[in-house]
Amino acid sequence: MSTFGWTRRAVIAAATVTVALGGAAQADDHQVMESLHFIVPGGAGGGWDGTARGTGEALTNSGLVGSASFENMSGGGGGVAINYMIENAASLDNTLMVNSTPIVIRSLTGVFPQSFRDLTLVAGTIGDYAAIVVPADSDIEGMDGLLASYADQGPDFAVGGGSVPGGMDHLVAAMVMQAAGEAPTELNYIPYDAGGKAMAGLLSGEIDALSTGFSEAIALADQGEVRILGVTAEERVPAYDTAPTFMEQGIDMSFVNWRGFFAAPGTSDEKTAQYISALEAMYETDAWEDVRARNGWVNIWNPGDDFRSFLEDQEKVIGDLMTELGFL
Amino acid sequence: MLEGILIGLSAALSIQNLLMVIAGCLIGTFIGMLPGLGPMSIIAIMIPVAITLGDPAAALILLAGVYYGAIFGGSTSSILLNAPGVAGTVASSFDGYPMARSGQAGKALTIAAVSSFAGGTIGAILLMIFAPALSSVALLFHSAEYFALMVVGLSAIAAFAGTGQVFKALMMTILGLILATVGEGALFNMPRFTMGLMDLQSGISFITLAMAMFALPEALFLVLNPAGSAQGSGGTNKISGLRFSRAEGRAMTPVIGRQSVQGFFIGVLPGAGATIASFLGYAVERNLANKDEQAQFGKGSVKGLAAPECANNAACTGSFVPLLTLGIPGSGTTAILLGALIALNVTPGPRLMTDTPEIFWAVIISMFIGNLVLLVLNLPLIPYIAKILSIPRNFLIPFILFFTLMGAYIGQNNATELLMLVGLGVIATIFRFADYPLAPLLIGFILGTMLEDNFARSMQLYRGVGFILERPMTLGLLVLALALVLLPSYRARRARKRAEGVADGD
Repeated sequence: MSTFGWTRRAVIAAATVTVALGGAAQADDHQVMESLHFIVPGGAGGGWDGTARGTGEALTNSGLVGSASFENMSGGGGGVAINYMIENAASLDNTLMVNSTPIVIRSLTGVFPQSFRDLTLVAGTIGDYAAIVVPADSDIEGMDGLLASYADQGPDFAVGGGSVPGGMDHLVAAMVMQAAGEAPTELNYIPYDAGGKAMAGLLSGEIDALSTGFSEAIALADQGEVRILGVTAEERVPAYDTAPTFMEQGIDMSFVNWRGFFAAPGTSDEKTAQYISALEAMYETDAWEDVRARNGWVNIWNPGDDFRSFLEDQEKVIGDLMTELGFL
Repeated sequence: MLEGILIGLSAALSIQNLLMVIAGCLIGTFIGMLPGLGPMSIIAIMIPVAITLGDPAAALILLAGVYYGAIFGGSTSSILLNAPGVAGTVASSFDGYPMARSGQAGKALTIAAVSSFAGGTIGAILLMIFAPALSSVALLFHSAEYFALMVVGLSAIAAFAGTGQVFKALMMTILGLILATVGEGALFNMPRFTMGLMDLQSGISFITLAMAMFALPEALFLVLNPAGSAQGSGGTNKISGLRFSRAEGRAMTPVIGRQSVQGFFIGVLPGAGATIASFLGYAVERNLANKDEQAQFGKGSVKGLAAPECANNAACTGSFVPLLTLGIPGSGTTAILLGALIALNVTPGPRLMTDTPEIFWAVIISMFIGNLVLLVLNLPLIPYIAKILSIPRNFLIPFILFFTLMGAYIGQNNATELLMLVGLGVIATIFRFADYPLAPLLIGFILGTMLEDNFARSMQLYRGVGFILERPMTLGLLVLALALVLLPSYRARRARKRAEGVADGD
């Protein structure tokens, strides 16, 4: 994984731009916080980076936060940033770290020793469903067709994804197969080091189906390149309601790849409530709607204790599946 | 198509968009010159600015300008300081740096500028004519062929075999391949060889290794050789001619012709890219050169500099094919560009050309303008940039050390990188004293991960190594790699035998 971070200068430049944008926006009569610093556990341009910058942009443009700054801290699959949050807890006022489903997966596999329990949970803010797609010219029309081909071809039926075995794309495909009554361990999962390369693998005919994020799937389906066989939402997603859910095809499973924010351990309840109220108020603003629509994100609102029980559930589901797959 | 081109032309030639190209190229070139800041981070910095423009064509033109500018600027630090900031310019240092060291820095930069311009422009012509048809070429390669292509890329080390260092070069390549296995790979969800250190989990970063292998030993070497410290490291204080001779121009022309096309097609493949294109270009041109020219490779050959410079620029242009026609990013940089496009409500793919032809064509037309602007901006600046080398060494060395350390640090924002850089740099300096070539190590490291991933993926898809025989294109590429490795040593042996035969006869 190659990661390129930001220079201090770049951070300052980006912050300046954001501040300038913020200044042009509404008056700050409803300002909740003066400033907010975001820690991004990966390089510039990734999903975490986009979430932090988008959220910061919406918070400053709407006047909820005076200014936002960002710091990229790559390494250890996010472990370096978590470590930083824990070790510097005492001095991290007004600092939020962005993270997502991998924090659950990677602490289960022991990539880093900490888990979400070692941080202060603020809120899950956005989500993306997962989807299984085939090329648009494939004979497979729905999940029935996919399962029939799978029964026919056995291990020759290859399902690819942009994550390591035991990573999110693999787990989603395995969950779908399990819910459809197949043995998840039998699935021939082909890993690629990036979603784009997995997509090229699908279109070149190297793999038969692809497990990917729903927003990427929509972009390619819009261009007539792929057919979405199923989405992991419980009900059809309004933004793209021609894509059927797995549930309506008799496969009882749902999954959401959440993204959310964490504060340093030991953050006071008062401060946590302040973070939560800033993020909650953000949902109502036009500035957020701009950012959300631009990125194709789905709003999920999962603050504080709800966030904890959601993460505990997800940890259990993923942990059980990974045990069955032999990763734990 | 003609109509599309006209629409694109009128969009790209608006005052606003011309300013965007010029601004993008300038920003890209200057930031790209700093080792450690590659096109990816510069584009990421520029995205918020581009998005506020609101007009997708203008934003993309600005970002594309930054992209070519950064690649263009990146070769400057490679040539002048032996400090390649991006993997795509590593091969440019093989001959560019020796040329600069021998007092021909101006000429080296001019050759790089002209080759880049030619590669980029010919690439843009190919893109304009063939882009729609090329989307199927982009999907031609499976993992098996990518594996074989990486093997062909590794054959670039054969270029170091001529110097009687075959085994040393092989050992260093293997060491590079070993270093590439450190960290959490794409195929296993467990970290390997990290010795429990969290900082090694993402592997050794390219920038850190490149700085440790090339720039740091260079600076240490200068310190350890105090004779001449007072002079400029360009050998003489005078930077001789900026122009290359007519004969050199003639030698470069076929190289540029071949490498523009070869580089472009390698760039079209989403799993390959500018780095592979530059190594392959170097290897192929060395094999095609005659014996006298071959001996020059690695010592400041005009062809050895023109080939990778031309190929990497053509490949960058080629990488727009899968991005624009399929919506598939082939590299980290194009992935960021894709993100920016989607943020501007433009979804690249087969329908982009019909739905929004003005964007598609404006981008392609802006490539021509961008390449021209880069050439016009940079040629007059070359004498001033080349002057860096006439700075006395005792001032230049701290300067190199500063940028080397900074480059490694800002890549990761992680102080451990500095310790690794210094540690690896000391090892590299020892290797240099022992006369082991360091470039093969870097080639092995860069290609190692892709080699392993594609090999393992093919093994899994074909349940064994059967794919080598089952896929003719894979077999063909592997045979080509074998030929590229064996041909030079076969030729060398035959030449030696003949020489001995003559001696015996006397």
